[in-house]
Amino acid sequence: MSTHTEHQAPQGREPLDVNDPKLTRFDIVREGARRDDIEIVHYEPQVLPGTKAERRLTRVVAGFFLITGLAATAFLAIYIWWPWQYEPGRGGDKFYTPLLGATLGVALLAVGFGILTWGKKLLPKEVSIQDRHEGQVDSEGRTITGQTMLYMADELGVKRRPLLGISLLAGLAPVGAVVAAPLVGGLISKPHKNNQMFTTGFAAADGGERIRLVREDGRPIRPADISAGGQLTVFPGIDHGVSNRHADSPTLLIHLRDSDAQESRRANERIGHGDYMWGNYAAFSKICTHAGCPASLYEQQTNRLLCPCHQSQFLITDNAKPVFGPASRRLPQLPIEVDSEGFFVAKSDYTETVGPDFWERP
Amino acid sequence: MKRRKFDLAATPGKAAVGVDDRFAVATPLRKLLNKVFPDHWSFLLGEIALFSFVVLLLTGVFLTFFFEPAMTEVVYDGSYAPLQGTPMSAAYASSLDISFEVRGGLVMRQMHHWAALLFMAAIVVHMLRVFFTGAFRKPRETNWIIGSLLFWVGFLAGFTGYSLPDDGLSGTGLRIASAIMLSIPVIGSWVTSSVFGGEFPGTIIISRFFIAHVLLIPGLLVALISVHLGLVFKQKHTQWPGPGRTNNNVVGERMFPRYALKQGGFFMVVFGVIALMGGLFQINPIWLFGPYEAWVVSAASQPDWYVMFLDGSTRLMPAWEINIPIGDGYVIPPLFWPTVVLPGILVGLSTMYPFLEARQLKDRKSHNLLQRPRDVPARTAVGAMAVAFYIVLTLSGANDVIADKFQISLNAMTWAGRIGLLVVPPMAYYVTYRLCLGLQQHDREVLAHGVETGIIRRLPDGRFVEVHQPLSASNGHADGHGELEYVGWVVPKKMNRLGALGPAIRGFFYPIEKPVEAPVSPGHPPVEARPEREEIGSGESRR
Repeated sequence: MSTHTEHQAPQGREPLDVNDPKLTRFDIVREGARRDDIEIVHYEPQVLPGTKAERRLTRVVAGFFLITGLAATAFLAIYIWWPWQYEPGRGGDKFYTPLLGATLGVALLAVGFGILTWGKKLLPKEVSIQDRHEGQVDSEGRTITGQTMLYMADELGVKRRPLLGISLLAGLAPVGAVVAAPLVGGLISKPHKNNQMFTTGFAAADGGERIRLVREDGRPIRPADISAGGQLTVFPGIDHGVSNRHADSPTLLIHLRDSDAQESRRANERIGHGDYMWGNYAAFSKICTHAGCPASLYEQQTNRLLCPCHQSQFLITDNAKPVFGPASRRLPQLPIEVDSEGFFVAKSDYTETVGPDFWERP
Repeated sequence: MKRRKFDLAATPGKAAVGVDDRFAVATPLRKLLNKVFPDHWSFLLGEIALFSFVVLLLTGVFLTFFFEPAMTEVVYDGSYAPLQGTPMSAAYASSLDISFEVRGGLVMRQMHHWAALLFMAAIVVHMLRVFFTGAFRKPRETNWIIGSLLFWVGFLAGFTGYSLPDDGLSGTGLRIASAIMLSIPVIGSWVTSSVFGGEFPGTIIISRFFIAHVLLIPGLLVALISVHLGLVFKQKHTQWPGPGRTNNNVVGERMFPRYALKQGGFFMVVFGVIALMGGLFQINPIWLFGPYEAWVVSAASQPDWYVMFLDGSTRLMPAWEINIPIGDGYVIPPLFWPTVVLPGILVGLSTMYPFLEARQLKDRKSHNLLQRPRDVPARTAVGAMAVAFYIVLTLSGANDVIADKFQISLNAMTWAGRIGLLVVPPMAYYVTYRLCLGLQQHDREVLAHGVETGIIRRLPDGRFVEVHQPLSASNGHADGHGELEYVGWVVPKKMNRLGALGPAIRGFFYPIEKPVEAPVSPGHPPVEARPEREEIGSGESRR
């Protein structure tokens, strides 16, 4: 390539006089490129002026732009006049969003294709070569800059007067801490305020009454409300007991069948929780000990409780021991009984920590 | 007074002179207009990410006008009947209002979400392109690191974003995030309590996530993207090897006008595709999930796709709890390893990779020419191993859905994931390595003996041989033709790549143009005259 050899030594080339009236505009463009170490080695129109191909491509591009106009107008018309308010059931409003998306999408795609066709098909193809100046390290420049910086350091005289540097560092370190302090100090919040990580909504106030188990709507529960094999999500019967303020309190109350209940009771006795069940009823925390999702898929036949987030499985009849998946700790059991009015109450708060594990969990 | 004649045609010129008098921009502007960009389809992947980001900013600003980042409890009374009268947070209520009460709000919300998914997808695919072609090598290691960080910052942007509506699904995600923070040894409970302002869920997390999502993280993204693009501009783009292309030049087109036009058109196309998706494909229908309540979750609750690999790693992790019997006893929960340690290792490995490879190969040179994946089997195989690892984790993140749809035991899916995570990546390494060697060998074979023509000839002794079209001219070898050297670029393997069989004639009812000559290869600009070709059939049989 002849152009390439010329390119190797751009310094050796005489710059053109760009005011020379004999030069065409392209000559000046090419000269400009050369001054930027670029050689235009190939420049070829893709369509010749006045040909059928040019007229055809022009029509295509214009067509795209007109489609854009149509689609954008349609978008505006739909945006203004189409019924958009949500109505229950089937109705025109269900097509509002799809129509907006379709018209906007078509408008944008068409303008995109129009511009692409214009650029790719109507403009001349070119191949230009630009020099990277790779590997031509400006060692003189490095020396000068390096020496300048060293000179500046000398002028500051930190080497001769080390006290300055040390005192500056000593002075700046607290300033850095001053920047961080309000942020850290403002955000930091003691995790064990009111023993909150180890208690739930079932913790009775000092000397207060035992807390009832209630449904989502706040009504207390009688044993007869759950049939054998059934289960119900229950909450502490306190203010906001059903809300997210007591996100660690949701509990699953299960009415086990006779044989399962006996097995459960034996398992309870093994770990000294002999009095946690009431009759054939057992209550376990619904908050998975793995990542805190509600373990809420209860399979009656196998007495397994599955957490849908990471598929930990807990065997209810064995103290809700994790039998599969990533959970490593059993679901805490809530000791329950029935009060004098015949409603379920919690004998005490959970005796184990509810929810996902953490470092200082005893 | 005589009125001066106003020459309209000269106005732009005069204005330009006026601007240059003041700012002296003519020469820098010329350099900018002249900058040469190489072209290849795979270079557009990063642009999809950039353009999606622009769409994210545009649609995101719209959403902030209507979103209320507060956890105050309100009772919904909007037009979506099934939720009327339900107590919920103001954040969830305002997200419902964006979907139902704001005219065109739903399409903007869905475009925002689709653009986020596309942003992350484009980042990942762009990263794969850069990795497999060796574009991360010196001098571009810094940009590789910035790119890897962009994935994680984008990940955070996505997570904080889809947590904002405070619906049933995202609340469960937040619950898991709090558990992940809790699992960090020693400081876990302090971190969680500080982030959430008390015990989960507290009352402040949505407003904190909001400011992170609309200011802090986008600010960081803009900064990183600016440096990323600035470095691409300064260091100039890499290019594929080819005629006239060296490590010391850039062969392509000048930025203006053709390259810039193509970029502008491509932006509109990306924007248009996102608009179509936002309008036609439902995403995150929060009104179906209901407000977040700590006791409600449904099966098949999956996060956005780029979070799924962490969900998968969490599902596959065996229940290995570490107990430290000091004092009351301390615990490192199993959740810590797949959600804190694994991402840490991934960040470290991916950012350090350019330096690891350079150290391994003792390679201190600058590289501006890309490598074909087959020419660097070890790197390609390592990449395939990483991709296999990622895919096993991502599939495991949806293993309950797969188990349900394909009637497979859920526990079997978990075990398949656990075993697959250890077995599939090494297999991917081996298979990829062999494939690379095979492809290399085939390239060399074609260069030595020519292209298969599909013409079978019977020799006088009765044997049948396939006629090969040699690629190089005769040089007096016994074969009758010379052997070409491999130059790191596509080797033509079909006759029409040689121009021997022209491409199909274009046109539906009638030909719209005269058939053009076939290029030597799609990526090659015809900078050199093609060498004379021999007639088909004159080649020798293979061996």
